[in-house]
Amino acid sequence: MAATGTTTTIPQGTWAIDPVHSSASFAVKHMVVATFRGRFEDVEASLVADDAGAKLVGTVKADSIVVKDENLAEHLKSPEFFDTEQYPDITYTSTSLRRDGDELVADGELTIKGNTHPVEARGTITDPAVTFGDVEKIGVTLEAIVDRTKFGLEWNAPLPKGGFALADDVKLVVELELAKS
Amino acid sequence: MRVLGISGSLRRDSLNRRLLRAAAALLPPGVELVELDPAAIKSLPIYDQDDDTTLVPLEVGVLRQAIEEADGILFATPEYNGSIPGGLKNAIDWASRPVKAAALRNKPVAVVGASPGMFGAVWAQGDLRKALGVAGARVVDRELPVAQADEAFAFDDKLVDEDLELELRGIITDLVEAIHARERAVA
Repeated sequence: MAATGTTTTIPQGTWAIDPVHSSASFAVKHMVVATFRGRFEDVEASLVADDAGAKLVGTVKADSIVVKDENLAEHLKSPEFFDTEQYPDITYTSTSLRRDGDELVADGELTIKGNTHPVEARGTITDPAVTFGDVEKIGVTLEAIVDRTKFGLEWNAPLPKGGFALADDVKLVVELELAKS
Repeated sequence: MRVLGISGSLRRDSLNRRLLRAAAALLPPGVELVELDPAAIKSLPIYDQDDDTTLVPLEVGVLRQAIEEADGILFATPEYNGSIPGGLKNAIDWASRPVKAAALRNKPVAVVGASPGMFGAVWAQGDLRKALGVAGARVVDRELPVAQADEAFAFDDKLVDEDLELELRGIITDLVEAIHARERAVA
């Protein structure tokens, strides 16, 4: 056992997303009792780390939202929710990435529907692994909880005996497979 | 820029058709308001998904095309039994399908309403804005209840009350701005 302490270094290099093996999803309490989940199909992300520091940027095409019901998906794209015609991109830029062993803490700015707010996300990061074709890859996961109403997603409906159909807090989850380029 | 005016009341002497004409007189330069022929709503069959195929009834095609060709829509609705007239709701149902290519999808729309009673079709306007929002339209976030509407218009269909006219002008301004915003977004 040579290791003493944990690494705090983000793997150096420019890391580009493998879109097939990455995902961006969300979960929100629905009808008070259940958790409703959806995802975005079109996810772009890159991580650049050098001596000056590390930065993670990502873009999700809002129009690529996928839920189980097509009518609901179109409603979510409409001006009442993401308004994907007016605001096609959901973007993220980290302002600080801190690693402690396998753990990753990311401060950053998230923009949804033209509204930008700081978010703190927590997750994991791996060391590089050599994969097929000698391609080096790392894995990054991040989770954050955001108040959707601050991002202009204010739709709701009151329930007959009190409470609302949709919670304000939404959990965002990204799972990224990044290849060295 | 062309705004389509749709009245939920179909009769010849409709107060809501007069309200559309009042709006037409307040349009900024370069904007025209064309009223949808009430027959376009009256002749629609009741929405039936079995009829909503690639070959829709001719009247449905006419309605969808009129909405698609308009840059925005101004709805003027009366209130029937506390809500939207059935014929108007039926037209919205046809214009909201097929969901991915609906004529109403992302269409800037605004809602006003007139009634002879004390409340100016305020419930109908709320219900209409809700239905339009679910249908995917870009709904201007204000309403204009014109109460006691049988006494609200001058001989030339202008609103007698200056405050109401100012509010109507404001709604038109917001609708025109929503149309411009959409043009910028898709340019």
